[in-house]
Amino acid sequence: MSESQSFSPTLIEARRLVKHYPIFGGVMLKPVAAVKALDDVSLSIDRGETLGLVGESGCGKTTFGRAILRLEEPTSGEVYFEGRNILGYSAAQIRLLRRRMQIIFQDPFSSLNPRKTIAQIVGQPLRIHGVTRRAEREARVARLLEVVGLRPEHLRRYPHQFSGGQRQRIGVARALALNPDLIVCDEAVSALDVSIQAQVINLLMDLQAEFKLTYLFISHDLSVVEHVSDRVAVMYLGKLVELAPSPALYQHPFHPYTQALLSALPLPDPRLKRRHAILRGDVPSPIDPPPGCRFHTRCPHVQDVCRRQEPLLREITPRHTAACHFAGQIQPPAAGDAKAG
Amino acid sequence: MTVEAVLGSPEIRHPLLEQLSQLWRNKTAVAGLVIVILFIGAALLAPWISPHDPIETSLYDQLQPPAWAEGGSTRHILGTDDLGRDILSRIIWGARVSLLVAVVSVSLAFVVGTLIGSLAGYYKGTLDNVTMRVMDIILSFPYILLAIVVVAYLGPNLRNAMIAIGITYVPRFARIVRGSVLEESEKDYVLAARSIGAGNLRIVFLEILPNCLGPLIVQTTLSFASAVLDAAALSFLGLGAQPPTPEWGAMIAHSRSLILRASWVMTFPGIAILLAVLGFNLLGDGLRDALDPRLRD
Repeated sequence: MSESQSFSPTLIEARRLVKHYPIFGGVMLKPVAAVKALDDVSLSIDRGETLGLVGESGCGKTTFGRAILRLEEPTSGEVYFEGRNILGYSAAQIRLLRRRMQIIFQDPFSSLNPRKTIAQIVGQPLRIHGVTRRAEREARVARLLEVVGLRPEHLRRYPHQFSGGQRQRIGVARALALNPDLIVCDEAVSALDVSIQAQVINLLMDLQAEFKLTYLFISHDLSVVEHVSDRVAVMYLGKLVELAPSPALYQHPFHPYTQALLSALPLPDPRLKRRHAILRGDVPSPIDPPPGCRFHTRCPHVQDVCRRQEPLLREITPRHTAACHFAGQIQPPAAGDAKAG
Repeated sequence: MTVEAVLGSPEIRHPLLEQLSQLWRNKTAVAGLVIVILFIGAALLAPWISPHDPIETSLYDQLQPPAWAEGGSTRHILGTDDLGRDILSRIIWGARVSLLVAVVSVSLAFVVGTLIGSLAGYYKGTLDNVTMRVMDIILSFPYILLAIVVVAYLGPNLRNAMIAIGITYVPRFARIVRGSVLEESEKDYVLAARSIGAGNLRIVFLEILPNCLGPLIVQTTLSFASAVLDAAALSFLGLGAQPPTPEWGAMIAHSRSLILRASWVMTFPGIAILLAVLGFNLLGDGLRDALDPRLRD
């Protein structure tokens, strides 16, 4: 589309993105507090790249995905798509932009309208964006179904006649309909069986190669993210805590939170033993996050400075950034994986 | 192509039709459906099936008892009233009036209520608060009292009775639709529609509303029952159909003074009202069971 911008490797960039959900209370229903779902997150995604975004439930990863698509209005910050700040876009401009960025949802049962046929669901983006002739739409929908591995006779069926994996493929076909550049996969495979997960992930990776897609892959499943991502970002309580190319992050995590997450991964070899860095306590409330480092309440390496001063993201090794005062100095507890027997 | 071949395949049906097919298993609902069909059939076919002119008076046939009673004749199966009009014919033509009132008033309430409810449920906030408080105000009056006030203001005739009943039924539609829309608008398919660039109105009316049809159909059917009843009540009070229009409520009102002398004049219109209301209620309950499992008792 816009040739002039295609020189820059960055497709989309969020700068200091903040999303607070106000909580209303009192007699006059004034905002009394806010859930800080997203607090000052800056992240960019390159063309053709898959950026994994991981974190616990409620850490803000879904909010981030929706905010950069403008499905949620951020409280402050900027989002640049091909160098242009899309937060200033009018409703009409945003609608045009929708062709270029799409989303795949977690729940394949609520993301498809139960009262519509597959032809209507997958054809709707085309219809909204000007493909008015029904025959042409259906031909394109049939092609899309083929691309995601469904048969053309599925066109007239309703969503409840499909399995979870098939429904997710329909979601993928809908996202592909407008030939987008960016697809946000919001826990796109989390609701599926493991064997189906693999199918859908392979489909997504094949499509990426075929259509030169850029993915923001949001998931809480670290092994899936490792498999698909070029780079991985870790979020905790609305903050970005670590960002690195996938191999670096999985082999040398710097942030103690990332270290704890990785040590919780099950190992496929039952003879392997390792010490888990078990996190104590719950995630603090995002309404009233802890001062200083947000992770200090659960961090095994906590020091005084962590309680007072918020650590900033800094580059520890090239392209590997982490937000920890002691990044690079503390070792993951799983350092000495020992074979038993 | 194969696409065409599958079109006629019976396994692929709209989900709503699939749910509706459960209605056949429910005997009371089928009974209700039969009564409703009889009622609608009588209303539509009145000019052809009624044995006499409903408003033609006959001084020779005053207060004839029904055919099976002593002194009755098969000429007037349900007897005649004090002006010699055939009661069966008046009841058949009365079905026409009741159906007309029910269709017009419920349609009015359906359209206005659905519009208010869906916009309130989708946009929430101030619009929701203001419209729903207005609905609460309307609901806080007894239906019939409110209808009487409206008719008294507009003037007593059938058209105004329909408007009055329609207005009093708006809140129930608005509330049901609002509730369903609130629930549906949280689902991901709504976000999906937005993400492909659908506008708000398209989302409300083409994405969300089709998913709220179940409760709406139930409410519509049940409202038909109360509309028939309320139309009869207004006409009984002289605020609806005016003489000599054959209307069930008006027929009862007209024959009140005859109850001891000629009880049939009042009884048969009463039974007609009872059956029509019962039929719509049974059908409505059956639809509720088929379409909206959550509402089951």
